[in-house]
Amino acid sequence: MLSIEQLTKTYRGGKKAVDHMTLTIEKGEFIAFIGTSGSGKTTALRMINRMVEPTSGTITLDGNDLSKMNAVQLRRQIGYVIQQIGLMPHMTIRDNITLVPKLLKWDKPQKDETAKRLIELVNLPESYLDMYPAQLSGGQQQRIGVLRALAANQDIILMDEPFGALDPITRDTLQDLMKDLQVRLGKTVIFVTHDMDEAIKLADRICIMHEGKVVQFDTPDNILANPATDFVRDFLGSHRLIQQKPSVKTVDEVMIQPIAITIEKSLDDALRLMVKKRVDTLFVVDANDHLLGYLNVDSFTGPKRQHDTIAEAMNNEVIYVKTGTKLQDTVRRILKRNLQNIPVVDHDSKLVGLITRANIVDTIYDTIWGDEPLEATDALLTNSASPIEEETR
Amino acid sequence: MMEDLSKLSTWEQFTYYFRENGMYVLEQFMSHFFISVYGVLLAALIGIPLGIFIAKTSKLATPVMALANIIQTIPALALMAMLMLVFGLGKTTVIVTVFLYSLLPIIKNTYTGILSIDKSLTDAGRGMGMTRKQVLYMIELPLSLSIIITGIRIALVVAIGITAIGAFIGAGGLGDIIIRGTNATDGTAIILAGAIPTALMAVIVDVILGWLERRFDPQKKQQRLEKMI
Repeated sequence: MLSIEQLTKTYRGGKKAVDHMTLTIEKGEFIAFIGTSGSGKTTALRMINRMVEPTSGTITLDGNDLSKMNAVQLRRQIGYVIQQIGLMPHMTIRDNITLVPKLLKWDKPQKDETAKRLIELVNLPESYLDMYPAQLSGGQQQRIGVLRALAANQDIILMDEPFGALDPITRDTLQDLMKDLQVRLGKTVIFVTHDMDEAIKLADRICIMHEGKVVQFDTPDNILANPATDFVRDFLGSHRLIQQKPSVKTVDEVMIQPIAITIEKSLDDALRLMVKKRVDTLFVVDANDHLLGYLNVDSFTGPKRQHDTIAEAMNNEVIYVKTGTKLQDTVRRILKRNLQNIPVVDHDSKLVGLITRANIVDTIYDTIWGDEPLEATDALLTNSASPIEEETR
Repeated sequence: MMEDLSKLSTWEQFTYYFRENGMYVLEQFMSHFFISVYGVLLAALIGIPLGIFIAKTSKLATPVMALANIIQTIPALALMAMLMLVFGLGKTTVIVTVFLYSLLPIIKNTYTGILSIDKSLTDAGRGMGMTRKQVLYMIELPLSLSIIITGIRIALVVAIGITAIGAFIGAGGLGDIIIRGTNATDGTAIILAGAIPTALMAVIVDVILGWLERRFDPQKKQQRLEKMI
């Protein structure tokens, strides 16, 4: 547990960057510090690993006052990820990942094992370990930047706008990865951002800061439902507040039964099933319903035509959501990635449902028209149908 | 079997000189080389730590750099003459002169090298728990090594020239042979016998250190790696 009390940082010239900040962060929480530039969010973050020394106030970690600890030892226990990534250009990826273990004087086999185990976590091949940072793309570099913060089993990870310099698609992928790692490894993550979408998507609790003060510290839902001040309302933006109004729905309530095929079937079977069910996307699962990939029109045309089996023809990079995900997050993802549909999986990555654009239209329709959808649709249908009937006669 | 040397062409005289005095030239070559190297090494020993120090304490950078600049403006012969009053005739005075001349390029390049490092790298290093010493040895020095080597290279090439002048105050070296040539009647071949090895030494030093410099240049390394993919 990390507890921050009356934390203040006054810079020379009397400017208060952080002004009597008080909050408590539980173990395993994902916290976002958000605010405009100059709101003190980065300064607050940097006081946690004592890159900036507080003017007054205390930070305690599990009851220990940080200011009484050795700053260097403390930083080795806290992961640190920055926007500029900051990988050492003269070191291989392996050496970059195991930089903190090296400082802690681990032996070589232990470091090598850590590097191998970690690079798997972020879906990069082991051969990358011997490359240099310049050979990797920005997104890949930041994956390594994240790994570097995990390598010595740090419990707390500080991230200073880690994905700010990446393109939207890469950023989205890395956000998912980070959230997944945080949940899986049970890390406490404190995250500075100025992107509200990012904060809502990732954080368990959001700390909104303005001119060095904490304006509101609460869960995303509570903040969206009850903005504390006009500043928070403005900061959220009216479009988010409107989105929030319809009762919070999860994907489980609106998803439909997906059409799936098991992987050992032939491509002909797959095509026949698609025609029979009149779908353009067919999900591929194994015998236990685990989602493996999908087939769509592209899988049967173009250069992939020569494939014989489903395993070869399918696209195995599926973007999915987990059960329990809020519908609005799912909608945002479908729009951002320009997807036609998105499968829903449970915690064992078993395929359980599907959200399509048509589904979403239905849901929006329901919220707008409430109880009268049936009459309305009937009326529309009869109105549009009658003239055609007359013409055909 | 004394030949009449005046009947030979300059080139023949030159080769004759080498046949007769080859060992002597080599001896002077080594002596010349070591005077230059000692002076530059001494300057590196003082200049690199000083360069790092002024890069960290920005207040000292201007006065230190100004002082090194002033030394550089004094003509080599004048500086040597002044130092001679303290150190007397011989090698020591030349080594001290070379040392003083080498300070500026070495300090300046170390200072620039350290300052040119991306702040986010040292920030990341410190944030991960490196001590100041570790930041210096694991990040700052490796990344500025190529620029520091450039400074040493410039200093050493200049030093070889200064050492040649050092023959005037009895330090020996290839300058000795050049001066002998200027004093002799029709001494062109002897001048060449001193001047060509001096020039050769400067070029070789320049090429070798230039290669080292490229080897340690992180930017060049990146370009090499990018070509590999």
